Amino acid sequence: MNSTARNIGLILRRELSACFATPLAWVFLLVYLLLSNLFTFYLGGFFSRGQADLAAFFGWQPWLMLFLVPAMSMRLWSEERRSGSIELLLTQPVTLTQAVCGKFLAAWVFIALALVLTFPLWLTVNWLGHPDNGAILAAYAGCLLLAAALLALGSLASALTRSPVVAFIVAAAGSFVLLMAGYPLVLDAVRGWAPQAVVDAISSLGLLSHFDGLARGVLDVRDLLYFSLLTAWFLLATVATLDSHKAE
Amino acid sequence: MIEVEALTRRYGALSAVDGVSFRVHPGEVLGFLGPNGAGKTTTMRMLAGFITPTSGRARICGHDVVTDALRARAALGYLPEGAPAWGEMKVYDFLRFIAGLRGLAARRDRLETVVARLQLEAVLEQSIDTLSKGFRRRVGLAQAILPDPPVLLLDEPTDGLDPNQKHEVRGLIRDLARDKLIVISTHILEEVEAVCSRAIIINRGRIVADDTPRGLLEHAGNPPGGLDTVFRSITTAAAAGTHAGSGAQ
Repeated sequence: MNSTARNIGLILRRELSACFATPLAWVFLLVYLLLSNLFTFYLGGFFSRGQADLAAFFGWQPWLMLFLVPAMSMRLWSEERRSGSIELLLTQPVTLTQAVCGKFLAAWVFIALALVLTFPLWLTVNWLGHPDNGAILAAYAGCLLLAAALLALGSLASALTRSPVVAFIVAAAGSFVLLMAGYPLVLDAVRGWAPQAVVDAISSLGLLSHFDGLARGVLDVRDLLYFSLLTAWFLLATVATLDSHKAE
Repeated sequence: MIEVEALTRRYGALSAVDGVSFRVHPGEVLGFLGPNGAGKTTTMRMLAGFITPTSGRARICGHDVVTDALRARAALGYLPEGAPAWGEMKVYDFLRFIAGLRGLAARRDRLETVVARLQLEAVLEQSIDTLSKGFRRRVGLAQAILPDPPVLLLDEPTDGLDPNQKHEVRGLIRDLARDKLIVISTHILEEVEAVCSRAIIINRGRIVADDTPRGLLEHAGNPPGGLDTVFRSITTAAAAGTHAGSGAQ
């Protein structure tokens, strides 16, 4: 096995077991599953829609992730810097990119686990009717991609500060702006002073508009590319930030 | 071997380390001395690859710490200041993790040797957060010597230990020095006399003395307070010229 895969795997496993060694993981899973069901059945009007699908569930996922993903990502780097363990990790024969990827993947695997645990909802709609399971699978993939982009943003926020609380607030605010980038709330704030090209660019960056297609079960290559590039960009920015600020 | 040439690290207008040069050879135990804030830890961190130098270069066993960082780090065992670790991890899992990163996942025997050498058997299943300061430091030392590296960098290895533990750790360092090159950063002068074959005193980012502990004493005319007095006079003398005795290159 080559050393890159080995190191990423080791860091991933260490992070995951550290996560389950504290109450954080269990609290996160509990809150996520409770809120997911609450949103689906009450706010999403699961029964009144009269359709055996998970649109009510997927429609609320971005808003749930807006708070829960930054809660997951806030400790990724800020805690390492605060406790000084970052010095131990980064003076091992490990590259910064391997460390950033390992930690990111651990958080992503954890969120994937949370998504898997919503399977009773899927069982329910299959029991109630005949949903399009392919579309549901595509929408789950969309949730995973959305989580990846928000986690990568959270990882950057966490690399910028030693305080997990500041990292949480920066990540949540950044996620909100990114989610809403295609909507008047954000666009109106820019339209007054920026040229049209910038407004269009910001508009096309909106997470929500890219997620909506996936949530409806439409796998579009452009959306996949968008989420992959956004995630990669935030992870690269995390590497660059840590490279210059890790010792401060 | 460690080769350091004009190593410099600036933070804005402040030079934390300013043109430091020295060489250390296998078998040497170098005591890196200086008042707090003199640049000891910054130098150690540059050698360990944690801080990038502003200018100058450093090589560990021929590998540049910036351009050939992974090989340089693979040749190193490093105990960072304060022996940081992941508190929620159990000692055994922590050492297994480090062993994995060092490519020693299959070498259980190596892990057992190190655990025995640092007498960690009793705390292997304890989480690091619950350990006393002395045990934490020993766990930090254990991860540093685990890969059996040719070079050891130990930043204040006996800080916070009781006299018995200090005695043990110094014995361990003397033991390891037979086939390794060891750099110890410290401000405890008795430690230098106890284990170091050479001492570099650094003040405000510059080397102000480089000699054997005995050479330092003799050069200062064997003052009554011993190394304490030498250290104080060197590091408090304004505009002190570089004292370089028999140990300097």
